[in-house]
Order: sequence, then structure tokens, then C-alpha cells
Amino acid sequence: MEFRLSDKSLLPALIALLLLGSCISLAVGAMTIGWRDVLAGLLQWSWPGILDQDVPEQYALVLGEIRLPRLLLGLIVGGTLGVCGAVMQGMFRNPLAEPGIIGISSGAAVGAGIVLVFGGVLSVWLGTLYEKLQWLLLPTFASFGAIFATWLVYILGDRGRSVVMMLLAGIAISALAGAALGMFAYVATDTALRDMTMWQLGSLSGATWTTVLVSGIIFAISAGLLWARASDLNALLLGESEARHLGVDVVGLKRQIIVLNGIAVGAAVSVSGIIGFVGLVVPHIVRLLRGPDHRYLIPYSALLGGLLLTVADTIARSVFAPAEMPVGIITALLGAPFFLFLLWQQRQQIF
Amino acid sequence: MLLEISDLSIQYPRAASPLLEHISLGFACGEVTALLGPNGCGKTSLLRAISGELDYSGRIHLFGRPQADWYRSQQDHRALARRYGLLAQHSNLNFAFTSREVVQLGLGPGSLSRAEQGERVEHFMQRADVWHLRDRLFPSLSGGEKQRVQLARVLSQLSLADPGDKKILLLDEPTSALDLKHQHEVLALACEVAGDNTAVVAVLHDLNLAARYADRMVMLADGRVQADGTPAELLQPDLVERVYGYRGQLVDMAGYSALL
Repeated sequence: MEFRLSDKSLLPALIALLLLGSCISLAVGAMTIGWRDVLAGLLQWSWPGILDQDVPEQYALVLGEIRLPRLLLGLIVGGTLGVCGAVMQGMFRNPLAEPGIIGISSGAAVGAGIVLVFGGVLSVWLGTLYEKLQWLLLPTFASFGAIFATWLVYILGDRGRSVVMMLLAGIAISALAGAALGMFAYVATDTALRDMTMWQLGSLSGATWTTVLVSGIIFAISAGLLWARASDLNALLLGESEARHLGVDVVGLKRQIIVLNGIAVGAAVSVSGIIGFVGLVVPHIVRLLRGPDHRYLIPYSALLGGLLLTVADTIARSVFAPAEMPVGIITALLGAPFFLFLLWQQRQQIF
Repeated sequence: MLLEISDLSIQYPRAASPLLEHISLGFACGEVTALLGPNGCGKTSLLRAISGELDYSGRIHLFGRPQADWYRSQQDHRALARRYGLLAQHSNLNFAFTSREVVQLGLGPGSLSRAEQGERVEHFMQRADVWHLRDRLFPSLSGGEKQRVQLARVLSQLSLADPGDKKILLLDEPTSALDLKHQHEVLALACEVAGDNTAVVAVLHDLNLAARYADRMVMLADGRVQADGTPAELLQPDLVERVYGYRGQLVDMAGYSALL
């Protein structure tokens, strides 16, 4: 008998962990805040003067303007990576596919890098319009980069039939993206350079309410549309030909996945940089707990991805406090050995 | 004719000569047709062309309508899927679905209630003799077990057709990985399915098995239909030697002819 958890036990457990992780993430950091003060500070920030008691002004500011958007961004980016990992693995029909590993995130970073470095040129042309459009330009270019990279890996990887080609194409695209980013670094200004370094390692430190709003809306729409195709994705796991015989419009489905996945990854990368391995580890754990059915895999991967990234970010912020590590280092430390383990498990099937 | 092929040729790019040349065949409702021929003679390619996965010249009509027409709109495509199923030779499903979940995929997200879905899944898993494997993980099954689970999935898919609708079932070497008992059971099941308003076309390698269960046998070789007729007409040492290059001996036993 196969081990599967029911929704009745898995969903409440995951939500409880998510709430717990969020509270800890809000309380912990350069300045530790007690849980009473967390609540009081958040209330004070939302509706100033609602409480009789005195809350330090500083708490309200730190919680409302720094930690809360950062927490939300972590949940959104983690959720995006979890969902995109699950969907990519479904499309490639292989549990090793992941936005970071197969070069999709790198493609997105190049797209975003173009805006950062050459934005100066654009701003001369567009003037103040550029300032107004910048929040949109970054995710747009990143999405185009991600879509292009996905399409390339998919074609080179023989439409998901060849794992070796898929992984090699990922290496090639990452290398190419690395070269492009390195070249940008030469022509970049100091500020642009700092932003770009942050991206290569991945960090949530750029969280503002604008980034939360933009990436949150994109995440909700793209993840929702992908979830709507969950049954078709299940059929696709049987094989492209089998899915077609089951009445699935395979070409349209794949096109939709590549575009939506690219947009979601692009939006996530443009606000947080390349955070690797979340999309690999999360769907794998969900499959172990709940099975490979995408109708459950997609929402649970969103929840678990958010939880994992929030926990990793809390660790990254507090280990060397008040200095902070890029969260990408933590996820790589957790995820890379896991990737090796999966490779080891799959070695017979790959070669 | 539910499935009509006329003047079909298949040429692979960079191949010296066409794989199939000007083939015309029709398959009728209620009949089991065995498609036979030596390795590489184009049996699987023929099935792939019928499914529209391979470029071909000529005409293929499914239920009286050109094959490509069915894929023009999503609605027609889904309607076709309820009446037309193909069991592939191999399955490469790497994800840990249980056998029951695999069969359920045949029913899709459609309009059936959960209870109804469960009933149909059980029914077809019983018929393919895989009900005892229902909670096993599909990737851990043996080749023959996988083949039978996939058969149950395709049969459950065809059960979505409206009552009275005619159906087509293509089987690509459905017995290749099966043990003796299940070879017979699966082909007997194919005959039963044919009785339910269905044209069944099965690629087979075992001439005697084909002769015992099929209503009609078609032999392909060298790009052409070499013979098309009843098992008694085709189970002839001369013909078999011409097609396969191997001369057997016809033996009559207890009412069955067998070529050994």
C-alpha cells in the first residue's frame, strides 16, 4: 500500500507551520521583537492610535515597512518557485527539471539585467515616463528572458525526452547568461552592479510594498491559470501521445505552460534574483506526502515553497545578524545535496 | 467503415524508399483485425499515421471524417477522445501514481461523479485482471502488468462514449510483454470489446494467437498489404514464407490450425 497523507491532515498541518514560520520570521532579525509586541506593532502600523498602550514607534516601522513586506515577498517568491518547479517537472516529465537548474532563472536574470544596465539609455529617451514604468519593465524583460530560456531548453532537450540534453542545455544557457551578466557588469554603474550581484545569489532584501503587489498579482494569476490545467498536466505525465489521445490539446498546453511559467519566474527573479533549488525540493516532498496528482501538487507546492523560503530567509537574516546572507546560499546548501541525491537515485534511468 | 485508409504512403525523411506505399484498408465495426508483418514493416507507423502523429500522403477517415478535421477544434478533439483509444507499446511514466490513479486518468476530469468513476475504474481493472494491483505504484510494476493497467485505462477512456456511439480501439502489440494466460485473456477481452460497437485493430506477432482471436488478418511487408482475409485464408505456409521468410508447417489439432 502506498503511503499518502489525506488533505484533512496535510492542509491544516501545512497552514499551521506556515503561520508559525511567519510569526517567527516577523519576530526574529537584527532586532528581536516579542510576540506581543509583534501583534501590537502591526496593529499600530495598520491603524495608528487603535491601541491604548504605547508601542515603540520603531517596532511599528520595522514590522510594517520592512519585515511584513519581506515576509509576504518570501511567501510569494517561494510559492512561485514551488509551483513553477512542479509544472516544469510535469512538462519535462522528469523530477529533475527546475527553473534554477535548467537555466530559466538565468535567462530571467539576463532580461532583468538588460533593464538595469541599459535603463539609463531608455530614461534619456522616455524621460519621467521611464521612472513610472520601471516597476513594470523589470518583470517584463525578466519574463521574456525566462520564456526564451524555457523554450530553448525544451527544444534542445528533445521535447523532454532526453534528460541529459535538458541538463546540458541548462548548463549551456546558465553559462551564456553568466557571460552576458559579466559583460553587463563592465558597463554597469556602481548601483546597478550592486543590484546585479544580489541577483546572482538571490535575496529578499529588496522587498517593498510595490514589489509585493506586482509579484503577488502575477503569482496569483499565473499559478491560478496553471492550476486550472492540472488535469491536463496529469494526462501529460503519461506521455505526449497518450495525452493527445485523451483529448488534451498538447501543443496549446505546452505553449501555455512555457509562457505562464516564464512570466511567473521572471516576476520572481526580477524582485529576488536567482534563488535555486526551491522548485526542486518542494514538489518532491509534496509528491512523497500527497502523490503526483497536479490538482494537489500545485497548491501544496505553493504553500510549502512559501514556508521553505520564509524559513531559509529567516535563517539568512539571523545567523550573522545584523549582517545578512543572501538567501540563495541557504537554499543551495539545502538543495544542492538533495539534487545530488536525486541524480544518484535516477542514475540508471539517465544513462 | 469506422476507420478508412485510402492510398496511404509514409516516407520518413532521409529514407531511401517509402515505408508504406499506396495502402488502402477499411476497418469495420464489431471486427477484431490483426495487423501482422515482419519487424520494421511499418505496423506501428501505420497506427501513428492514423493517430495523426506522423506525416503521410493519402487519406485517413475516422468515423467518416478526415482525420485532421477532428483536431481542428478542442470540442471535436475531446469528442474524438471519447470514441477513439490507442494502447501504446511502451509506457514511460516516471511519477509515482498508483495503478488505480493511472486507470482513473483515462476518465479525465469529466462529468462523472466520484462514485461512478470508482465503479468504472474497478470494473475495467477487474476485466484487465489488475484489480489486485490497484494500490501498487505504477513504476514498480512489471512490463506485462503495466501493459494491462494501461489497457484498463484505455478501456475506461472509451467507456465515456455515449451509448450507441461507435468506437475505434487500436492496440500496438498488446500481448508483447504478457504471459501465456494473459495473452489469451487480453485478446478474448479485445473480442468482447469489439462486440460493443467497436472496431479493434491489434498489431500482433504471434500468428497462431492472431488466427485464434481475430476475425480478419492483414499482413504487411515491403510497404504493401501482402494478404488480407480470414485466418483460415492467411495461415498458409507459402504465404507466411513469402512475408516472413520462414516456412512453417501447418498442423491441425482439435479443430484449430496452427503454424509451427
